[in-house]
Amino acid sequence: MWENIKTFASEFFVTGDPLIYGADVAIVLTLVAIVFTLSYFKKWKWLWKDWITTVDHKKIGIMYILCSILMLFRGGVDALLMRTQLAMPDMQFLNAEHYNAIFTTHGVIMILFMAMPFMFGLFNIMVPLQIGARDVAFPFLNSLSFWLFFWGAMLFNMSFVIGGSPDAGWLAYPPLSGIDHSPGVGQNFYIWGIQISGIGSLMTGINFVVTILKMRAPGMKLMKMPMFTWSVLSSSLTIMLAFPILTVTLAMLFIDRFAGGHFFTLDGGGNPMMYINLIWMWGHPEVYIVVLPAFGVFSEIFATFSKKKLFGYTSMVLAMMSIAVFSFFTWAHHFFTMGSGANVNAFFAVTTMLIAIPTGVKIFNWLFTMYKGKITFETPMMWAISFIPVFVIGGMTGVMLSVAPADFQFHNSYFLVAHFHQVLIGGVVFGFFAGLYYWWPKMFGFRLNERIGKWAFWFWNIGFYVCFMPQYGLGLMGMTRRVNEYDWGQGWDMGWMPLNIVSTTGAFLMGIGFLFQVWQIAYSIKTHKRDVNGDPWNGRTLEWSTPSPAPVYNFATLPKIQEVDSWWEEKERIKAGKPTPQPPLEPIHMPDNSAIPFIQSLCWFVAGFGFVFGWMFFAIPGLIGVAVTMIVRSFQKDDGYYISVDEIKKTEASIRGAG
Amino acid sequence: MAHHAAAQTAHHHSHEEEHESLKTMGFWMFLITDVILFSVLFATFIILRGNFNGGPGPHELFQMPGVIAETFILLTSSFTCGLAVLSMNAGKIKGLIGWLAVTGILGIAFLTLEITEFVHMVNEGATISTSAFLTAFYTLVGTHGLHVTIGIVWMTGLIIQLKRNGLNVKTKRKVNNISLYWHFLDIIWIFVFSFVYLMGVM
Amino acid sequence: MKKSRLAKRIFAAVPLLLMTVLLSACSEKYIVLDPKGPIGQSQKDLIIITTLLCAVIIVPVLILAGFIVWRYRDKPGRKDDYKPKWSHDTRLEVTWWAIPIIIIAILATVTVRYTYALEPSRPIESAEKTVTIQVASLDWKWLFLYPEEGIATVNYIKFPDNVPVRFELTSDAPMNSFWIPQLGGQIYTMSGMAMTLHLQADQTGKYFGSSANFSGKDFAQMRFVAEASTKDEFDAWVKEVKATGNALTTDGYEQLQKPSVEEQQQFSSFPEGLFQKIVTKYVPEGSQGHHHGGGAVSSNEQKQKPVQPETSEDADSSHNAAQSTHAGH
Repeated sequence: MWENIKTFASEFFVTGDPLIYGADVAIVLTLVAIVFTLSYFKKWKWLWKDWITTVDHKKIGIMYILCSILMLFRGGVDALLMRTQLAMPDMQFLNAEHYNAIFTTHGVIMILFMAMPFMFGLFNIMVPLQIGARDVAFPFLNSLSFWLFFWGAMLFNMSFVIGGSPDAGWLAYPPLSGIDHSPGVGQNFYIWGIQISGIGSLMTGINFVVTILKMRAPGMKLMKMPMFTWSVLSSSLTIMLAFPILTVTLAMLFIDRFAGGHFFTLDGGGNPMMYINLIWMWGHPEVYIVVLPAFGVFSEIFATFSKKKLFGYTSMVLAMMSIAVFSFFTWAHHFFTMGSGANVNAFFAVTTMLIAIPTGVKIFNWLFTMYKGKITFETPMMWAISFIPVFVIGGMTGVMLSVAPADFQFHNSYFLVAHFHQVLIGGVVFGFFAGLYYWWPKMFGFRLNERIGKWAFWFWNIGFYVCFMPQYGLGLMGMTRRVNEYDWGQGWDMGWMPLNIVSTTGAFLMGIGFLFQVWQIAYSIKTHKRDVNGDPWNGRTLEWSTPSPAPVYNFATLPKIQEVDSWWEEKERIKAGKPTPQPPLEPIHMPDNSAIPFIQSLCWFVAGFGFVFGWMFFAIPGLIGVAVTMIVRSFQKDDGYYISVDEIKKTEASIRGAG
Repeated sequence: MAHHAAAQTAHHHSHEEEHESLKTMGFWMFLITDVILFSVLFATFIILRGNFNGGPGPHELFQMPGVIAETFILLTSSFTCGLAVLSMNAGKIKGLIGWLAVTGILGIAFLTLEITEFVHMVNEGATISTSAFLTAFYTLVGTHGLHVTIGIVWMTGLIIQLKRNGLNVKTKRKVNNISLYWHFLDIIWIFVFSFVYLMGVM
Repeated sequence: MKKSRLAKRIFAAVPLLLMTVLLSACSEKYIVLDPKGPIGQSQKDLIIITTLLCAVIIVPVLILAGFIVWRYRDKPGRKDDYKPKWSHDTRLEVTWWAIPIIIIAILATVTVRYTYALEPSRPIESAEKTVTIQVASLDWKWLFLYPEEGIATVNYIKFPDNVPVRFELTSDAPMNSFWIPQLGGQIYTMSGMAMTLHLQADQTGKYFGSSANFSGKDFAQMRFVAEASTKDEFDAWVKEVKATGNALTTDGYEQLQKPSVEEQQQFSSFPEGLFQKIVTKYVPEGSQGHHHGGGAVSSNEQKQKPVQPETSEDADSSHNAAQSTHAGH
């Protein structure tokens, strides 16, 4: 009996590596610390009522961003571990299996559990405020999306200490990810972690399309929407069209692994190349899904900090929408070397290059937004400006990669690694950081410390170039991605060491940048001065017309929109002594909080966990739980509640008056 | 006071209607994503449909009389579902519930036939792991079956809600959405019937 | 304002840094830019052309960006030239829709031509008789078969210089990618499929060969040596290997196919039709098999004949150019 338990435990828990034991201890200590703090300060009820069951888009957005920063930490530690292993030839720091697991989780976490939730966080916090709405179209669904993401991410991260991490690359190509070559549970964690959070992403996509199309304040025509809202619309539409492909693909991979299916197996007539096509039919649009909102953020920031209208609004909208459309026709450029023939390669090379056109137009428009403006260099603007060179160069190497015959030499080399990190860090991470700095005052009612923020900025930026520029060189030296060591004796001196050392140094500089950001946030929480007027940057769009943080109902009366940059124009009118008259207050209808999203997502987690290990006694109750919570929800009245005029008056007086 | 309450009620109604129209639009969006989901399943089926791996093919497996019966039943259920909506629009709640129940029962009949068909095939030794063709077949047809099952559960819940709460903005929207869903499944089935069964035995 | 000056300097440093990387490419460590064969040479030419075409637009944009950020920064007392409402200019916008369209049009034309010219399954035209080497990526080693010479090697190939080499590639393990950077670009090796890649070395030497696609635990150990030698040396080597009497048997292959890391090995013979057996391993007896895309085995015979390409003129010129500039290295 005892032996059985021991055998089970040694398979169930990942063992044998001091790093893992260290992580085990850290996880247990963190959990104890959280439980203790919550109990000590009697915060359990607060946590439950104010956060876990909330349907308020602003709070959900904050939770998304908090999780994504934690995931950035984990993905970042993964990156530093990898860079340490690669710093010198023949490093014995990580063994091959461990290294493979780490680059896999690094990729999955950074794209799906860092970039996506960060983006959803910004969607949530800003879209309703920018379009003058009181919440998203489906607040309940929004909460459900968040908790599905949360539990999906938990399930994925659990694989680190329980059962074993996936180690077949972030897109898990079969047959490597099939049951024959990956018999462990790691791939199951991969499938279910992504599947559960992916369903959440799909619902968020639907939610924001409906929100933006149907809930804009009176007078806000589509062509009067803030550019960030446009970017959210294009990104959400892309989610709607791309994520179902991911859902099906992962389900098929699971059927192969779990039920002995033959979609992607070598035997039985399966076709592994079909997986590669399908996963990139989602995977390529996915890249644009995360980068389009970053474009939106930059558009807002360039206009605000140049104190000038965004240049070429129509061009910008057209460019963004055409990028969203083109993104669906380029997927095969991820495998030019598959031997599909010259016709296929030529087609996908050209469609890929076409994306450079609208992207180039956007760069020009941003530059000319600053042209004849009055540029000030607060932290959001610093990130936005630094984005331009990073993205321009990353875009250029992207075009170089799209040249199919040249790609035969770049493919799967560090040239490619450098390229996609350049566009994803330079575009997405810089963009979301810029957005976080820009909207932080709106989220919390105070600004982040500028001085520490600039230290963080410089460490990140210099670190970025030091880390990734040498990798282009490494690619041209023939270094392929995903190698865990690189000097093999045998008389090869590939000369990869110097640039690798430089690159690792850069990675650690970015790590220091991240620490500065943590310090910046902690320091600002302690020493901040409250932002009184809700408009610290002299903003242009509607979100800056509300107090910071915005009250639960966002707008006491719904604004009437006459133009783009409506808040800027309104401020001009106020200055001229002709403010738009406010309609009288009316009671505001708000949705009720609900515990169902949390419970239902937890049931998904239990079901997913059961499927990972093939334990039907977990999986079936989990699925039943999902069904029951859905039915309960359908029978709920869910009428919401009204905030009375008196209460609105009181709230408005206290927020505006307190300042 | 009374005035205030009246205003609030009026406000309440307009708000609720607006809210229901949002949900209808959201449901359309969901259907779009579901179309893509089925498109991917159809595409994989078409790619894999010739890979029998030495196992049985459509000629040996498909029993067309049963499949045609399934098709007929599902088409009829789509019709009765339409009758349910007509009754609702005429304000006849009894007719509505009755036709919904008929639709649900036809759905159950469809599922029974489909499950019988699957069991028959498995007994012949044609399981999901026999060949790529069968993996794709079971996944595509099974996903449609799963959708029908969800539809039946939903319909049952809706009938209970209609009995309890009668017709209001909310239940009306739900009836409209489920009828959309049901017609959608019918269209998917027509594709399944032509691409999987007819093209298989032709 | 000190910060922004620093920022500008950094921005200026970026293209410089990139150029340094590219210019120092003459260094022999940048093997992709130091090709030793016509295919690699054409690919290098293409890389240079595309880099220059991109640079034509990128460099001015970066300079413009630096200038605008510098010129329009908010100094105390700056009042001039501030146009807060200026947000549209049709002429300007047409210009910057047009610039990328023109550049991309040129680039696309170049790319399409090269795509057909450098299609890996296209034979290299040469007076010399093509050498065929069959390649199978295994977990985690490369098996090479010489069907005409009847010998086999592991993690090592030798072939004569100035002779086209036709690689037929498959895999008996997860997908991998076969890459000899100095001879030319890579191609995937996949189970159940036979791919074709043509390469040629213009001078003798040992070239680095690697596995470019992740295929599991020890894929990083899957490198091989590709040695181009003179024709005489090659013939002598073949004789020598044949004389060792160390045959690769079917059992021996079964052993070799199991996951492991291997040193270089040479075999005097290998089982008849081994390559075809690997490719058709998953095709069940008596069924038609699944020829998914690409070049499945049965079509190999047809593919052996040189294809008359539509853009043969380009192909010739690029290959010839490759040979004439080759002396410079």
